[in-house]
Amino acid sequence: MTATLSKPQRRAAGRPFLQNLDRLLPLVGVGVMFGLWWLIAVSGWVNPVLLPTPWATLSALVTAMTTGDMFIDFFASVVRTFSAFLLAAVVGVPLGVLLGSSEKLYRSVEFLIDFFRSTPASALIPMFILFFGVSDFSKVIIAAFSALLLIVFNSAYGVLNARQSRILAAKVMGANRWQVFKDVLVMESLPQTFIGLRSGISIALVIVIVAEMFIGTEQGLGKRIIDAQQVLNVQDMYASILITGLLGYALNVLFLLGEKRVIHWSGK
Amino acid sequence: MMLDTQPTQAIAPPEHFVSVKGLCKSFGNAVLYDNFNLDLASNQLVSVFGPNGCGKSTLINMISGLTPFDSGEILIHDKPIRRARIGYVFQNYREAMLPWLSAFDNIAYPLRVKGMPEAECRDRVETLIQTFNIQLDLKRYPYSFSGGQQQLISILRALVADPEVLFLDEPFSALDFETTLFVRDKLQEIFETTKIPMFMVVHNLEEAVFLADTVLLLSKRPTRLVEMVSFPASRPRTLDTLSSPEFIETSRHCLDIFRQEMRK
Ligand SMILES: Nc1ncnc2c1ncn2[C@@H]1O[C@H](COP(=O)(O)OP(=O)(O)OP(=O)(O)O)[C@@H](O)[C@H]1O
Ligand SMILES: [Mg+2]
Repeated sequence: MTATLSKPQRRAAGRPFLQNLDRLLPLVGVGVMFGLWWLIAVSGWVNPVLLPTPWATLSALVTAMTTGDMFIDFFASVVRTFSAFLLAAVVGVPLGVLLGSSEKLYRSVEFLIDFFRSTPASALIPMFILFFGVSDFSKVIIAAFSALLLIVFNSAYGVLNARQSRILAAKVMGANRWQVFKDVLVMESLPQTFIGLRSGISIALVIVIVAEMFIGTEQGLGKRIIDAQQVLNVQDMYASILITGLLGYALNVLFLLGEKRVIHWSGK
Repeated sequence: MMLDTQPTQAIAPPEHFVSVKGLCKSFGNAVLYDNFNLDLASNQLVSVFGPNGCGKSTLINMISGLTPFDSGEILIHDKPIRRARIGYVFQNYREAMLPWLSAFDNIAYPLRVKGMPEAECRDRVETLIQTFNIQLDLKRYPYSFSGGQQQLISILRALVADPEVLFLDEPFSALDFETTLFVRDKLQEIFETTKIPMFMVVHNLEEAVFLADTVLLLSKRPTRLVEMVSFPASRPRTLDTLSSPEFIETSRHCLDIFRQEMRK
């Protein structure tokens, strides 16, 4: 007898046209927002000095990115965010996995992690300035610190909550403790680790922008936003806010896509 | 340690594939087993049936070394559990597969953890799937197969390292009727070809009788062995076996004993 049970066929998607229309739904909100923005800007309710039209802002954005110096600021913020993130990930994932592999170890530092996780990282900026000065390094370190807490917490949590059944299965197949750890525990923790990495890069960007405003710097989007505001260059301020938002969104999407690829088994 | 190969010219093969002496196990104050004894003659397919929560899973897990016990002795082929090669098939295949590995790598995993060279691993798995005529694309991930196929893959995984005993805890209970028939036939084929003794917990009495050489009937807690019923019908057993007088007779006998036990 041969093993050929057929898998139930997935039902073919009907009505492709309507489905394509559904895909455009997220744009509705964007359209409404730009519409309202435009209405308010042209209605005269708000001083035009404070609120340029969306088109003026968008064209300022494109011009500044392609011909102006916005790209330099953009690039500086991206580099800081990624340096902070990488630092946090390289330290945080192994540390989290280690902490998670011993319940007792984790319980003994749980309070510390939870405490600092609940402390707004921006509150710690002055302390970091004391230790590391107003250097570039200082901004990266503080962003890395906030990302680190999230990454450690999530990785540890992932390992702690690894499914018992898979651990047992590996044991009964003859895996020793190290093999169980690397083949099962670490893999089981990956979905949660990715959540940590994604929140980590988000918080790193937030802190980098705040630090750039607060500590000051030569280049960076945070500095650009605050400078533009000071001299009432509102078009540039809105354009810089928009590009910062786009950056944050793109990072999130990038990590979600990476997550989907690596953790192909999640939810199955 | 699991790599120990048995000398081929073993002196008198062991009489029992499982033997349990004076086994005691409690969870807190709840006594599950108190001085439990069991000897299972070699090369049989033994199925275990008993009331819900009487400790069938705990028993199979203690015998296969997954759950520690309080006192007593368990031997597999006259050896301590740790020195025996064991295959285990879990009830919930979804939670027992490693979904980050392909089906092939899942099957090969027991060989890899022993450090077997890659080429030999591949050979062993290929041989196994040819022996049982498995026509599945094993490069795919486990979750992309149907339930029956996944359970079949986990049976292959349990077989690949050449176990001396195969343990199965309710291997069919997560499958639908049609798939159960398929996996059950395959399991019988495997038993007939390999002669590996099997110890299987089953949650349905007819299911327990159908495949078994011996049916163990367990009592409510504290759990005793009420009776060992033997069912010597010839193999392969087919749908016709279900309507044979001996099957009906044995099933009824088991049911009677089970009812008496429940009334106590
Ligand atoms: N780790 C544990 N801690 C405490 N009690 C447990 C534990 N494992 C099992 N038990 C209890 O021991 C009893 C037997 O459990 P077991 O799972 O072995 O029964 P079972 O016969 O396999 O039941 P089922 O028919 O539901 O599969 C149950 O009452 C259960 O609540
Ligand atoms: Mg059970």
